[in-house]
Amino acid sequence: MKKTKPITNTQEIIKLQNVSRHYKWGDEIIKAVDDVSISINKGDFVAIVGPSGSGKSTVMNLVGALDLATEGDIFLDSINIEHLHESELAQIRGKKIGFIFQTFNLIPTLTALENVMLPMIFQNITLKKRKERAKELLEKVGLGYRLDHLPNELSGGERQRVAIARALANNPDVILADEPTGNLDSRRGNEIVDMFINLNKEGKTIIIVTHDQDIAKRASKIFKLKDGRIEK
Amino acid sequence: MIKDFFTLSLNNLRRRKLRSWLTMIGIFIGIAAVVSLLSLGQGLQNYINEQFEVLGGNKIFVESKTIGPPGTATSKSLILTSKDLSVIENTKGVDNAAGLLMKSGIVKFKDEAQIVFTLGMDEDYLSLFDKLGNFEVIEGRDLTDEDKFKAVVGNNHAYSDIWDNPVQLRDTIEIEGQEFKVIGIRGKIGNPFDDNSLTITKETLKELLQIEDEESQIVIKVDRDADPENVAEDLKRKLRKSRNEKEGQETFRVSTSEQILTTFNNIFAVVQGVLVGIAAISLLVGGIGIMNTMYTSVLERTKEIGTMKAIGAKNSHILSIFLIESGLLGLVGGAIGVIIGISLAKGAEYIAGIYLGSPLLQASMNPFIMLGALTFSFIIGTISGVLPAIQASRLKPVDALRYE
Repeated sequence: MKKTKPITNTQEIIKLQNVSRHYKWGDEIIKAVDDVSISINKGDFVAIVGPSGSGKSTVMNLVGALDLATEGDIFLDSINIEHLHESELAQIRGKKIGFIFQTFNLIPTLTALENVMLPMIFQNITLKKRKERAKELLEKVGLGYRLDHLPNELSGGERQRVAIARALANNPDVILADEPTGNLDSRRGNEIVDMFINLNKEGKTIIIVTHDQDIAKRASKIFKLKDGRIEK
Repeated sequence: MIKDFFTLSLNNLRRRKLRSWLTMIGIFIGIAAVVSLLSLGQGLQNYINEQFEVLGGNKIFVESKTIGPPGTATSKSLILTSKDLSVIENTKGVDNAAGLLMKSGIVKFKDEAQIVFTLGMDEDYLSLFDKLGNFEVIEGRDLTDEDKFKAVVGNNHAYSDIWDNPVQLRDTIEIEGQEFKVIGIRGKIGNPFDDNSLTITKETLKELLQIEDEESQIVIKVDRDADPENVAEDLKRKLRKSRNEKEGQETFRVSTSEQILTTFNNIFAVVQGVLVGIAAISLLVGGIGIMNTMYTSVLERTKEIGTMKAIGAKNSHILSIFLIESGLLGLVGGAIGVIIGISLAKGAEYIAGIYLGSPLLQASMNPFIMLGALTFSFIIGTISGVLPAIQASRLKPVDALRYE
């Protein structure tokens, strides 16, 4: 992987440098993200907030290497991902980032245990190790007793906890959560946020995209987005 | 990793049980048709080759050029005579030659009457097939030239339903108004023509039908070190000369057992090719069915594909998962097809055994046919899955995740 422009601050894990993401909508160009620069350090608990349509999901996709910028550079652990091939991006996502989605996005045919084991398959980890690690993680999120349940046999809160365990499978540095409490009641939502706080204490960098002010308040750093730009 | 992908793919097929089964029906109907036709065809061919082996590869047959079975030529200029036989006997490379007379006639037994092919054989003729076992007598004894008014019956007269009351040894049957005593019953040969026939001595048959000089078929045994093809050419030339016929306008036909076998195999290959070709069309349709199912599956699982990519799946991983899935549809469909195909062929063999009373249709259990069918169905499945799998693997993660 090609390294460009080494970042001086060694603590910096994510850096967006004048990043724009434009979409074509017929003849019109929509500037979903427009000239955004963000720097996130290792161990930060970051909230990206803003009304819907503000571009926060697009920022999250860019940070998570799910999408590429139209302009600007994105550095993940000093690697400029703008120059990487899709299969290299997949490797980076698998190793360095744990994704958590609003709709949980568990694979419905796989049990809780298998869902947590899945990211490790793509990293070529042996079955025995996968199983051990997945069990350990599910126990950590309090689901040690639901290993063999399918997602549709679990409650929303439980599903999101499986998703958190899955996000941790390859021991990534960064946890990227897109409205993780959006589909949960406040009690379950709080449990999930507590989990993030604990993970952050363990040294994980947490980035949460949310429009929930209560969650944002608990973050150490907040980026407010409006119309594709960072509001100062 | 591939093993894990197999598990994932199998899981997905299980989730859509009904659709997976419906998709596989398309494949297994095709495979069942191909397998049953091939194994029956192969069985038939094996049987015919066996029959020819029994006959011996060193035989040449001379017959009048008629479309019907030997013995149906009536015109004086067409029939073969003892003169032809002596020409043949004096040809180089001929070890032995004998004529057979073959005529249909009314045969009565008890109160029933049937039209039966009666073969007139003499010891010379029987000796040509000596030790080959195809005219074997299983009860009683065979004819000698002195056995006037004695008959040996084909197996079906005694062990099938030609007559209401089966013919037994020492029974009396009436051929063209003349009574004959049954002194022997032949073993089953397998083709109805021989099994339904009667044999009496050639001289008796000639007398009975007032035939002066006629040979329905002349069978030649070639010298051990002579090439049957060359001998056949010589025979043709000499017979043309003695019968005063021009090349290309012969009224007789000379064929070696090898030629007959080759001709038969050629015709057979064409017939089988056409049948299997038709069956293959249903396989094509089955393949399109798989493709359709896979495309639907890609659409349904777009979000899932996005998730997998987000958690680290490369394009090649997604491609593998979908290809394995479609390949499995083909393979499992094919495996069921092979089982059904073999059952069908065995069923046909059983039914043919009952109704034809002959082992003509036999399902061959050729492992190559089965393995070939399985491989083929797996390939069809995989090929049908290529386009949908490519589509799935190329989905952009961000678009796939957003898909509702």
